[in-house]
Amino acid sequence: MTTQVRTEPITVNLGPQHPSTHGVFRMRVTFDGEEIIDVEPIFGYLHRGSEKLAEERTYVQVVTLTDRMDYVGSMLNNQAYMLAVEKLGNVEPAPRGVWLRMIASELQRIASHLVAVGFLIQDLGAWGTPLIYTMREREKILDLFEMLCGARITNSYLRPGGVFMDAPAEFWPAMNAVLDELPPRIDDLDDLLTDNDIIFSRTKGVSVLTPEQMLDASITGPMLRAAGVDWDLRHRDPYDYYDQVTFERPLHTAGDNFARYWVRVQEMRESIKIIRQCEKLIEPGPVRPEHDDVPWLLRPPIGDAYAAIEHSKGELGFYLVSDGSISPYRCHVRAPSLINLTLLREMLVGELLADMFVSFGSVDINMGEVDR
Amino acid sequence: MSRAWDGGKLADAISESLPDAVVDAGGTDVWIKPDSVPEVMRLLRDDAEFRFELLSSVTAVDYISYFEVVYHLTSLTRNATAVVKSKVGFGREEARIPSVVDIWRGADLQEREVWDLMGIIFDGHPNHKRIMLWEGFPGHPLRKDFATYEQSIVPESERRVPSALAGEIGDSQKQ
Repeated sequence: MTTQVRTEPITVNLGPQHPSTHGVFRMRVTFDGEEIIDVEPIFGYLHRGSEKLAEERTYVQVVTLTDRMDYVGSMLNNQAYMLAVEKLGNVEPAPRGVWLRMIASELQRIASHLVAVGFLIQDLGAWGTPLIYTMREREKILDLFEMLCGARITNSYLRPGGVFMDAPAEFWPAMNAVLDELPPRIDDLDDLLTDNDIIFSRTKGVSVLTPEQMLDASITGPMLRAAGVDWDLRHRDPYDYYDQVTFERPLHTAGDNFARYWVRVQEMRESIKIIRQCEKLIEPGPVRPEHDDVPWLLRPPIGDAYAAIEHSKGELGFYLVSDGSISPYRCHVRAPSLINLTLLREMLVGELLADMFVSFGSVDINMGEVDR
Repeated sequence: MSRAWDGGKLADAISESLPDAVVDAGGTDVWIKPDSVPEVMRLLRDDAEFRFELLSSVTAVDYISYFEVVYHLTSLTRNATAVVKSKVGFGREEARIPSVVDIWRGADLQEREVWDLMGIIFDGHPNHKRIMLWEGFPGHPLRKDFATYEQSIVPESERRVPSALAGEIGDSQKQ
């Protein structure tokens, strides 16, 4: 005789103050036993109205707002915003400034991927150790940023046409020391995790997204490359001097949590290659245009401009409208973190409770950018 | 290097299939009628000439005398980009435009954001709710008439007086 166990769906509220939600993300999740049957994401707990604030600041002051959007990718945010300002104001950037900001943004990409990978492993239940390993490496990169601009997280390093100050002489040996140390540390990470049976069984085949699904949902960046779509704006629409450097685009075909993790680890190595090339190509000179050409109080001509970069999380775009005054008339951010969450429900439904935060972490979001 | 579609050429190409859709073109932009947004977007996604598989961004700008909804499209197969715009809500009446969620899922959260912050209604959106702010929040903060400017750093002479600048900014974009 078998006994029928009666079950019924249970709805659980997760967040916004849950430690695994990478910030203040809230989900209303319905479970049938261990299985997820419905997910409703609820946004807005970190909404600060950055786009509105930008309308009341000068073009240079808005840089500080972009730092606070994705706060583990500040240099990349600065770069996207500056490209939009330069397009809007027809600013001709200074070559040394462009090389410096490419170096800064590639360092930031490594730091951002380290955070993504570390926290993904943390979400898997490997409490502490892998996260400490990745954070230790990120710390060295933040020290380099401190040398460049005095700040570690909210850098505000870039200015229209370049950067606000040249790298000090001691930056270059320090950067080389970090770049020499990084590849073996990434190998360590690979040895520990990429070939790890537990990681395999927990991440392979979980939350699979097909390329068609992702393109339809505007998902870009490492998530898209993890499903085999070779789409990287640095390669397909080179901004700054990315057309002068060579790098590979690591692709995986599975489109699952493991592929997303793997692509990020490989991209770190490519970023190191790019920085090495930038270091060879950079030449002495001014780091930004003369004040007479590009004043601090920039007044771009009336019009609009959209510029996008390959952020560590996907396509980060800034849409600026100028009315000819000292502050943007409209400043819209195409935030990859928000848009990559479009398919969260499809990713999670049918998966297990234990995999929920792993899948969520594999999207690599940053609440500062989701809510702005 | 990806190719940005010229506004005039894109307008001609759209007009071949949908003669009444295009209103205006200039620079890299095409202005279409709000009512024809679904047909034009479906054409731009499916037609072999365009193949815009990726909807990069949906946003809106308040030009005071009207709102402008801006779509940035990307084609991976053709490595091209295009900007499609549509003007709605003339004279600050209720602004409505058809949703493109059934064409690109990626518009889902972005259209909700535009509704929340700019107050443009997307007809046919499956989950037409506020996203950043709570239900019941008074007004739509990114609208120009929401501003208080009390703590603004923008000097008095530089502030935008509603209606004074409106036509000028919107019109000059066509240059």
